[in-house]
Amino acid sequence: MEVKKHYWNQYQKEIADDDYFYERSCIRQTFFPGSETTFLRIMKEELGKNIMDDPNLHTCTGIGYHSDVVAFDTTQTVCARIFSLMTDSGLKNYVPSCVTSFGLFTELIETWKHFPEELEKTRENLRKATGREFELPTNIAHPSDVIFKFRKELKEKMKYQLVNKHTGKPLKVVEHIGCHYGKVFSQHSIGGAEFPHVLAGMIEEWGGEVVDYPERRHCCGFGFRQYLVMANRGYSVANTKKKFESMKPYKPDFIVANCPGCTMFMDKWQYTIAEMEGITYDEFGKGIPVLSYEEMAGMLLGYNPWDIGMQTHQVQVESLLDKIGVEYDPKDKYIGKSGNYIGEPEKPENLKV
Amino acid sequence: MVKLYDVLLQDIRFQEGLNACMNCGVCTAICPASEFYKYDPRQICDLVQSKDEEKIEELLKSDTIWYCGQCMSCKTRCPRGNVPGLIIMVLRKVSQELGYFTESEKGRQQFAIKRVIGENILNTGYCAHVNILDPKMHPEQGPIWKWYKDNIQDVTDRLGANYNRLGPGALRKIPEENLAEIRKIYEVTGGMDFYNKIEKYSKEKAKDLKMSFDEQGINNEYFYHVYLENKNNHQK
Ligand code: SF4
Ligand code: SF4
Repeated sequence: MEVKKHYWNQYQKEIADDDYFYERSCIRQTFFPGSETTFLRIMKEELGKNIMDDPNLHTCTGIGYHSDVVAFDTTQTVCARIFSLMTDSGLKNYVPSCVTSFGLFTELIETWKHFPEELEKTRENLRKATGREFELPTNIAHPSDVIFKFRKELKEKMKYQLVNKHTGKPLKVVEHIGCHYGKVFSQHSIGGAEFPHVLAGMIEEWGGEVVDYPERRHCCGFGFRQYLVMANRGYSVANTKKKFESMKPYKPDFIVANCPGCTMFMDKWQYTIAEMEGITYDEFGKGIPVLSYEEMAGMLLGYNPWDIGMQTHQVQVESLLDKIGVEYDPKDKYIGKSGNYIGEPEKPENLKV
Repeated sequence: MVKLYDVLLQDIRFQEGLNACMNCGVCTAICPASEFYKYDPRQICDLVQSKDEEKIEELLKSDTIWYCGQCMSCKTRCPRGNVPGLIIMVLRKVSQELGYFTESEKGRQQFAIKRVIGENILNTGYCAHVNILDPKMHPEQGPIWKWYKDNIQDVTDRLGANYNRLGPGALRKIPEENLAEIRKIYEVTGGMDFYNKIEKYSKEKAKDLKMSFDEQGINNEYFYHVYLENKNNHQK
């Protein structure tokens, strides 16, 4: 079995050491802005790295491209403009926050390698539209790849471990890497699509145990147009439900996801399923907390959970914080930047908070 | 007349996506869409490689091509290196270019996606943004989403974002000069023409269906029709 455990090693990838150009994600900014703040904080304050957050950045068009309203030539050229901003900055190590962007950029790099005429056309289009030139990145890594690379260094600085403080046993963690991280071009991801290791490596390093459940590799159900259009959302929730049912017997303590969309769906569909069918996937009717990997790292480093955004989840995170023994102030949860109490959200009917 | 198969073949994603499918069905076995919908990526590959023009046209006008979720799970397993998900992307492109998409319920939804995501890219520089996710259109987001939206500035400021302001940070306002360049890119690369085609054919369909249609925005009968219509005959 030892041999099997190390299959992911065949999918090792180069991850740059320092000097990164960060591309923000539309979905992560919308739902988990605190996760992006936390990643940059970890990079700068914990690891002392140089990482640029350019205010001129914009969407890669990924969601529009995969919902088929943005033409391929347009997507290629909008992405080339992002590379042009990176070229202006003098940086070469590209770190896109979104898994959809990550998949798209790996698709473009591979396309341009196999069809150099597409690269030429894109250069020409960008020049014509904006007068800009661009260089290709020398390294593309998802932020989770970077955290994975420095997981041992971060462990040294962590205040907590993924261990149940009452039992002393490792927490059972479901990880979800997101389809476009590993399935678009497997060689660009740690462990590929078959042996997902980017989050598993963090979980194991930080004291937890990975739940290897049957539907581990199944899509979260986003499906782009299958969620964006209200009439299609049954597709989306049905696929997530399939995952929940498959993981339930393993009694996971929490779920951690790589992609901001998957993180949001696994959180919000638990609420929807609870309200529509009265079903929850934990023993207490509260649901299984869902974290981004940035939140997982920030929580273990001892950052205030309410500064990193854990109060913006529909499934409440306190059960997890209590298991680990994370110190937090319940009264601080709904305090805004202004220092004022901003009131509590309404309580769901079925999902317990 | 140009053959539909040749039109498909002009797209490099089609050349990448289809290399002699041997009908093994591995893609179907792993496909989340084929579990939920009357959909079978193996059949799509088989039909397309038959080069039967009539059948390809029928496919382009059908609901079938709109069932895929573009997860790319099929890419990981096909023994021939095919990518049904990529073939679907090309079929959808051609269906919209020729106006065939308005012939099916699922195809007509492209109008709603264009008006929301498509416009948002040009107007704000984001494809998805907190401002366009209305709790009424997204009941699945739960009460936490309403709370988040109602208190957006105070909450996101605490989370270190820069909501609606210039300068770096999450949810920042994207400066106009960047948006102007994105619009220019759309003009040069045919992105604007593609949007206009979706608009043109959707307007014609709205007229056929005797539904009101506004030139902009989402508050019109046709938008809500395509956004909500579900004949419930799509699942297995
Ligand atoms: S990309 Fe489409 S065809 Fe391929 S597995 Fe996903 S849903 Fe199925
Ligand atoms: S897995 Fe590949 S060869 Fe097999 S049916 Fe699907 S596309 Fe054809």
